[in-house]
Amino acid sequence: MSFLEIKNLHVEIEGKKILNGLNLSIEKGQVAAIMGPNGSGKSTLAYVLAGKDNYKVAEGDVLLNGERILDMSPDERAAKGVFLAFQYPVEVPGVATMTFLRTALNSQRKARGEGEVSTPEFMKIVRDTAAKLGISQEMLRRAVNVGFSGGEKKRNEILQMAVLQPRLAVLDETDSGLDIDALRIVADGVNALRSKERGMIVITHYQRLLNYIVPDVVHVMAKGKVVKSGGKELALELEAKGYAQFTGEAA
Amino acid sequence: MADVRAMKTDAEKALAAAYETARARLPGKSAVSALRADAFQQFENQGLPHRRVEEWKYTDLRALMREAYPLAPLPDAAAKAKAKGAGALFAGVGARRLTFIDGAFVSELSDLAPEQGLTIGSLADALAKGDALVTQHVGKTFETDDVAVALNAALMGDGAVIRVAKGAAIKRPIHLVFAPGSDRPSSVFIRSLIVVEEDAQVTIIEDHNGGAAQVNAALELIVCAKADVTYVKATRAQALHVASLLANVGADAKFNTFAFTSDVNVLRNQNFIRFAGEGTKAGIRGVSLLRGKDHADTTLLIEHAKGHCESRELFKSVLDDQGHAVFQGKIVVRPHAQKTDAKMMTRALLLSDDAEADNKPELEIFADDVVCGHGATASAPDEGLTFYLMSRGIPEADAEALLVQAFVGEVIEEIAHDGIRDALMVAALRWLGART
Repeated sequence: MSFLEIKNLHVEIEGKKILNGLNLSIEKGQVAAIMGPNGSGKSTLAYVLAGKDNYKVAEGDVLLNGERILDMSPDERAAKGVFLAFQYPVEVPGVATMTFLRTALNSQRKARGEGEVSTPEFMKIVRDTAAKLGISQEMLRRAVNVGFSGGEKKRNEILQMAVLQPRLAVLDETDSGLDIDALRIVADGVNALRSKERGMIVITHYQRLLNYIVPDVVHVMAKGKVVKSGGKELALELEAKGYAQFTGEAA
Repeated sequence: MADVRAMKTDAEKALAAAYETARARLPGKSAVSALRADAFQQFENQGLPHRRVEEWKYTDLRALMREAYPLAPLPDAAAKAKAKGAGALFAGVGARRLTFIDGAFVSELSDLAPEQGLTIGSLADALAKGDALVTQHVGKTFETDDVAVALNAALMGDGAVIRVAKGAAIKRPIHLVFAPGSDRPSSVFIRSLIVVEEDAQVTIIEDHNGGAAQVNAALELIVCAKADVTYVKATRAQALHVASLLANVGADAKFNTFAFTSDVNVLRNQNFIRFAGEGTKAGIRGVSLLRGKDHADTTLLIEHAKGHCESRELFKSVLDDQGHAVFQGKIVVRPHAQKTDAKMMTRALLLSDDAEADNKPELEIFADDVVCGHGATASAPDEGLTFYLMSRGIPEADAEALLVQAFVGEVIEEIAHDGIRDALMVAALRWLGART
């Protein structure tokens, strides 16, 4: 059995079918890219894995390490190791980034029956990781994402991922809105988290990100399903030919 | 035409009887007696305010006040022993504490150590002695025909009288602890007078725990030119609490107020504030945390009588269960009060489908070169924010608590005094922690 198994997943939002019998397996240690045209259901898949409300699972199942996660609340899934790096990270006015990170980490540890991390240990983890991602102490003191640029918000997502050390990381269009320098910093942050204990799903519209985060496998989504899978060369082929072959429409 | 008027309610009759019985022993000489008599006559004519009185539309005092309790007796030894523990919330502030039980000043529970430029006394004493400061100001700080203020004038018993002399900077905040006393349901009429002279600085904390009493409190606050005054009011009340701030603020002053309200049954904080000189900067702010059937009404009348003043009004309420928050904010800019800069905002966070927030902002502008604005929002916690926090492993209840904390923290953080800010943040967290 694979680390993550998505079986025949059908999902609706407000009566509209978005995922149409999606099947996908991710192995531990694997970085899987999911590519596809707009509206193919990539972000929906990310949200469904994280447990967002309003997404009705009509059929199918999602197993993480053999355990069904669809009935779990988002925080329970997080404690099991699911992490979603948001395409549009929200601003959380009034909650300092440090408070947020510590509350999140300790909530997860508590849910797993582990003790709280000590303050000096926590500070060290955050400082070291933040430094690598070019996140200043001043940013850490500010409210989560408030007044951050697009690039800073994406870096903050990677910081959270590094601190929380998830087992399954889902990166939803982490490249959107990033210039080339920011893209490199974010990609370096993600690459540093590649591990044989961790599965990663990198959702992207463009091949560009995959020059920096080189995937082990590439899956193409169209109309709510995985329609083709292959190695990293598949991304280059898509870049050359476009998605029209999968959508049945002219590019 | 016959004067048609509703029949007197039991509460109105009881208040009239209380006045008739007490008038002979209420403190004050002839001028004060006349003030009381006029005020009582106004109450007799108008009765308790009700929903057809526009200013009281959302707080129908006539309906809410089924009965009026008898005037509280002077505190006994048991009440004094009990009051020692009152006001603990601000214990870490390092304030000068003055204790009042059922409104009556208790000197033995008060810190009366002398300090240059600071005069402290009780209103009952001052009225009895015909004190010049009190005679000069009482009842004259802000003219209003509000009935709650009139009732307070008719029946005022005791309160604080504080004078901060010209140029004095009072280091420790002055903590006015209003503790409950009598075991029997009673009514308490508190009147305080604070005069802060030119260039003087002081921080006042008015800290009410009304217990089961019906409290009508009024504070006349005179802020002279270039003075710097911070006024914080924290209120808990199991029965009824109506408070009126009557403030006159001079030129080039700094004036910051903060009202913290939680665990109240029926509360109204009405603020009558006049900017009577140019160049003043003011922040009028507050937070109400309401649950059960708590009802809290914040009513502002901000009068920009002179130009070139800046005022910021920000009030937030968090409403759980059937909590009901009322905000009525009126900013009046008088003719020639040019270059007035006033911004008012009120926000309600509704944690329950049964909670209610009524927001009524009003601007009356008679000058043509001003910047004035107001805004009001009422909403449930943002689902996107809650999901974001939960997706990081924070359980729903904790996520909501964190967001509520952030919501009220934004206002509480405006308080410049570290100790007071921390105390109110602790009080807010305690309220959140008690959520079920």
